[in-house]
Amino acid sequence: MAGLSLDLIALQLFAGLALGAIYVLFAIGLSLIFGMLTVVNFAHGAFYMVGAYVGLYLISIGGNFWICLVAVPIAIGLFGLAVERVLIRPLYGRGIDYPLLLTFGLSYVMVECVRIAFGKTGYPFDTPEVLQGAVDIGVGYFPLYRLFVIGATAVVLLALWLFLEKTSFGLIIRAGARDPQIVRVLGVDVSRVWLIVFGIGTAIAGFAGLLAAPLQGVIPEMGGTILAEAFVVTVVGGMGSIGGAVLAGLLVGVVVSMTSLFAPEMAKVSIFALMAIVLIVRPQGFFGRAGLMS
Amino acid sequence: MTKKVTKAGSISRRRLLTTASAGAALAVSPFRINLLQAEEAPIKIGFPVPLTGPYGAEAQDQVRAGQLAVAQFNDAGGLNGRKAELVVRDDKLNPGEAATRTLELVEKEKVNFVVGSLSAAVQLAINNVTKERGVIFNSISQSDAINEAADFSKYTFHEALNPHMTSGAVGRYAFAKFGKKVAFLTADYAYGHEMVRGFLEVGKEFNIENLGDIRHPLGTTDFSTLLPRLQALKPDILCISNFGRDQQIALKQATDFGIKKSIQIIAPLLSHASRVAAGPQAFEGVVGGCSFYWGIEDKFASTKAFNDAFRKMYDGKLPTDYGALGYGGVRAVLEAVKGAGSVETDKVVAALEALKYDYYKGPQYYRKCDHQSVQSVLVIKSKSKDMKNESDVFEVLSTEEPNEKYLRTCEALGHKS
Repeated sequence: MAGLSLDLIALQLFAGLALGAIYVLFAIGLSLIFGMLTVVNFAHGAFYMVGAYVGLYLISIGGNFWICLVAVPIAIGLFGLAVERVLIRPLYGRGIDYPLLLTFGLSYVMVECVRIAFGKTGYPFDTPEVLQGAVDIGVGYFPLYRLFVIGATAVVLLALWLFLEKTSFGLIIRAGARDPQIVRVLGVDVSRVWLIVFGIGTAIAGFAGLLAAPLQGVIPEMGGTILAEAFVVTVVGGMGSIGGAVLAGLLVGVVVSMTSLFAPEMAKVSIFALMAIVLIVRPQGFFGRAGLMS
Repeated sequence: MTKKVTKAGSISRRRLLTTASAGAALAVSPFRINLLQAEEAPIKIGFPVPLTGPYGAEAQDQVRAGQLAVAQFNDAGGLNGRKAELVVRDDKLNPGEAATRTLELVEKEKVNFVVGSLSAAVQLAINNVTKERGVIFNSISQSDAINEAADFSKYTFHEALNPHMTSGAVGRYAFAKFGKKVAFLTADYAYGHEMVRGFLEVGKEFNIENLGDIRHPLGTTDFSTLLPRLQALKPDILCISNFGRDQQIALKQATDFGIKKSIQIIAPLLSHASRVAAGPQAFEGVVGGCSFYWGIEDKFASTKAFNDAFRKMYDGKLPTDYGALGYGGVRAVLEAVKGAGSVETDKVVAALEALKYDYYKGPQYYRKCDHQSVQSVLVIKSKSKDMKNESDVFEVLSTEEPNEKYLRTCEALGHKS
């Protein structure tokens, strides 16, 4: 195929980073919950999907996208708190497969509930008016909304980093992740910490779902595909490492994008090929478990 | 070792016999009741469609309209009082699932006929099962392969358009109008491949230049890594051959990337349900084909009657293209049953072959050699303004009248004529 130029390669690289930003946003919530709680949250995709639907609902009753950016993470975060308190908490200390199976089942229940409430058919989700259209980024035109998603991801990452590194509650969370027993001995209510971490993780999932809605519309099954990709990201980055998830997310985005340029048929497989290679060379992923936020 | 094997074998044989005789004994009493009720037993039509997954929106319309055809048949007295019933199953857009569900429909539900499917690939899996069991299958989804001698059987009927007809009609319209340089974005499975083959074939008449064909897997949710490449090829026409949610997302993201500013997007099929699900922005200005649009009701009395019946059954909703196929597919079979005066497969096959029908879109008939329904193809354009109601989404640009010359010849398909 003709038409390969440096500009195109640069644009493609950029498209990869933009795609990676979406992976990152989805995967950090997953990674946060696993890193702190050792809960593999299979319902993460369902929280993401519910986030998009809550946004859709709020807009239908007269809200706008900017209100949703605040309201959706709060709503999904509260929902996450309830799920942790009622369903996940009784399973702590029972082995990793208990919460895994529970959240797996929960995801089916959530998808089915949304199908009942909103129907199986998808809905359009318009890009907010000021973010419509494409802008010239020097090497070609790129959708303004995707630039906004990159920015929003950066803001979430920065806020999360500040919260975990610079606040005293963040210190407790990090300590709780390393050695819950000692933290408990020091008089901290660890279960409250875990509750809040789960809430934050699901809030970010809901936020990611809202941001994804204008890109692809809203449908009950939308969490399924991205969940598979996000697990690749967390495994490549190192289970539980947020820094690893960021690096791996961007890398997966760029790998998909570059494969798409030269061999589009291989793009989907390339993600898993990357995972296989990383697992052979470095079975614990980029930053393993121990390298949590350090 | 040998002894053990023999012993195990004899036990299982004995167990089999016991089970069989117990089963027969159990069957005696209900069997009597069955005999008494034989006349009342409904005519069952199995209906496997992908209710969940990327083609869900279209599949649900197929079911709605299929139910309408059954209701009309029953209201008109059925087959001498014998009612029909639609047995719907979700094939999840998966050939394995579809084969299992179809087998279940045939073996357990004892359906008399199978109508359904919504995928060029999945329908072949269904067809494999039905042709082996000698059950009539009327496919309501696009496929070229199903017409070909290798997949065809005398039980196989194809109510939907096929990719050759569809891409032919759209290509003849678009290549004459929008330019000769064409790039393709194609769903990487039978549907996409067959559409592109059709476009390239009709393109020969117009000397089009094929700039490249980028393929994406079924169920893609992000096209952002494919679109810059397509834009860099600078085509006059970007031909996007995918369906359902893939089509919705591809068109939405192509719009976001500003592709429509300099490039005309065409699609072999524009799905009504997808246009509604994706909204007017994404589909704005896109030209494509379809088998049915409710708006042709000014032209055909049958369309008007179908629309009105559908409106009445579903609170004023209007039928879609794939809905109409569900209706046509089920109604053709039931009319043939009436004509044959029986549900016996061979008689119904003969009745279907003899049908000259106009149920919803003007005249149609099944071609003898491959049971392809010869019918019109509409070339349509998506609207974004002056819409009178929520179903007013397309404008009909031209109509290719039913004519066997737009189909591949029986010889080319491998049939002895």
